[in-house]
Order: sequence, then C-alpha cells, then structure tokens
Amino acid sequence: MHEYGLTKGIVKIMLKAADEHQALRVTGARLVVGENTSIIPGSVQLYFDQIAKGTKAEGAVLSIRTVKAEMRCPLCETNFIRPRFSFECPACGTLGNPTQIGNEFYLESVELEDGKEEGGIP
Amino acid sequence: MSKQDVEIMADINAENDRLAEKLHQDLVKKGIFTINVIGAPGVGKTSTITRIIQGLADIPSAVVEGDIQSDIDTQALKERGIPSVQINTGGACHIDAVLMENTLAGFPLRENSLLWIENIGNLVCPAEFMIGEDVKMLICAATDGSDKPYKYPLAFEKAAVILINKADLLPHVDFDLEYFTRGIRALNAAAPIIPVSAKTGEGISEVCEWIGQRRSSR
Repeated sequence: MHEYGLTKGIVKIMLKAADEHQALRVTGARLVVGENTSIIPGSVQLYFDQIAKGTKAEGAVLSIRTVKAEMRCPLCETNFIRPRFSFECPACGTLGNPTQIGNEFYLESVELEDGKEEGGIP
Repeated sequence: MSKQDVEIMADINAENDRLAEKLHQDLVKKGIFTINVIGAPGVGKTSTITRIIQGLADIPSAVVEGDIQSDIDTQALKERGIPSVQINTGGACHIDAVLMENTLAGFPLRENSLLWIENIGNLVCPAEFMIGEDVKMLICAATDGSDKPYKYPLAFEKAAVILINKADLLPHVDFDLEYFTRGIRALNAAAPIIPVSAKTGEGISEVCEWIGQRRSSR
C-alpha cells in the first residue's frame, strides 16, 4: 500500500552509493523484504522503474528476495515457518513466539558501473 | 566499463526511525506521553479515545487525527473541548514521521500532557512505522471477529495494550475470546488485554489506570 514512498527511499540510497563510489550508473540492486512487512515486491518494481527514470539508477535490475516469517517453538527450541492463520509448531503443536525473521526490509547491495575499461587494458 | 558489487546493508526505514526518535525525545523533554492508536475502520477508535480522555480529567490531552479524507472525527473531538488537529494523508495508508513532524510544528502542546495520535484505520502499515510515540494502543472490537491476531500478527506483537471495544455486545456475538487471547499471547506476553465499551464506559477506568502507570514509570 505504501510502496511508492518506500521505493523513493530505496532509489535515494542507491544514488547515494553511486555518488560515494563515483559510479556512472547503478546497474543492479539486491533488496531483502520480510513477509511481515506486507510490502509487495511487484509494486516496488513498478514504482522503481518510474522513480529511477532520468537518474543514474534508470534501468537497474532490481532483484528482490522475500523472507518467510519464522516463529520459534519454546519446546522444540527450533524455528518454524509460520503457517497461515496459526502460530502452532508443526512438530508438537505448541504456540511459537515471534522472531525477527520476516521483519527484514533492507538494501543488501548495489551493482555499480564506473567509466574504467575492464581488464585494465586501455 | 567495469562493474562492482558494493555491500550496502541499509535499512530502508532508517530515516523514518531516526526522525521518529528525535520527535520522541522532543516530546519527552516537554513531559508529554504519546500514544499511537491503531485499529481497523469502525472499531470505535475516536469514541474510545474520547471516553479515556474524559476518564483522565486531571491530565490534559490533545489528539492528532489521521484520516485519508474528511475531518469528521476532529470536529467531534473539538465539540467536546478536546484540542485536536486533522491530518489528511490523501490516500496514504499510515502516518509517517515526516508527516508527524510537519503536523506538530503547527500544533502547540501543553507540557506534561498526553498526546494521542489516531492512526489511519488499518492494521497493516501503522504497525510498521514509528512516529515518535511512547506506546502503541491497539483497539479491536467484539464485532470484528477473533481471528485478527492471526491475520495481522505484527500489530498485535507491537502493541503495548490491546482493547476489545464494544464489549457490551460480547454476549450477543460469536467473538471467541479464548482463541483471540491465545493468538495474542503467542505474539505478545506482556500487553494487557482489556475489554471496554465506549458506549457504556465499561473497562475505561482500567485503561486510565494503565496509562497512569506507564506514564509515571517512563
């Protein structure tokens, strides 16, 4: 629902990285999105193409990795992927506790292109 | 042209969170205790807030009303003598820290008061964005269905207190309190769950007591 504003933030971080590394272009970026954030990757991609237009990030390939929400079973002491509409551990039925896995929303890395020739041969 | 991968590891919400923390510190300096109220449309957020404010007559309150459109809720509060200001997000689904900063710049608050922020009616994104609050209060309703913790776990995980409004209707609806409570307890061991009725006043004094305690122990 709020992907437009968030995507503006993503582009801002990408452009800042390009400036810091004196890059000509940002050609790619890896974004990590946890399931708990309710962020729709397709919407981020759509807004990204619009927002990045005319900047150094135009045409960059955005790869988005989604992370399933995990809970921790206090009895088995293992994590499990949260089932739909339930918090029960699939192994023993005990109610799991929330973990931070699934809350991610960060830019992992960017791919930058500089003006130098590849391989060092002029 | 050569390409290089540069590790960034930047939290996209970091800018919002930094500003929220600054707003919070500014409010704390003035002795203001801030409550971010979250709940679906129609659960009775405005009427419950009004009841609680009336129950806390010795502490002055002010309300920031978030709505996508209209100022109906602000008018209702003003008619009861409660200072309030309207935020219209114009379609956005939550209030963020920038919007809060701009709003507070034009809304003078009394020292040692309570600031209520009634967030947009929605259980999804208001849970994700800090806006300078001390606590999040989640308001549900007995007419809503008891599966909400399972559908919107983040809102229940982050709430410091959870109210079940329209509790006067509990005998007449199929609200499964045991199932509701079980789901919340998996996510959140600490938050009190208080049945209230903005209509009859049931449970409101318990909420007032909880606010008093949290405010003095901050």
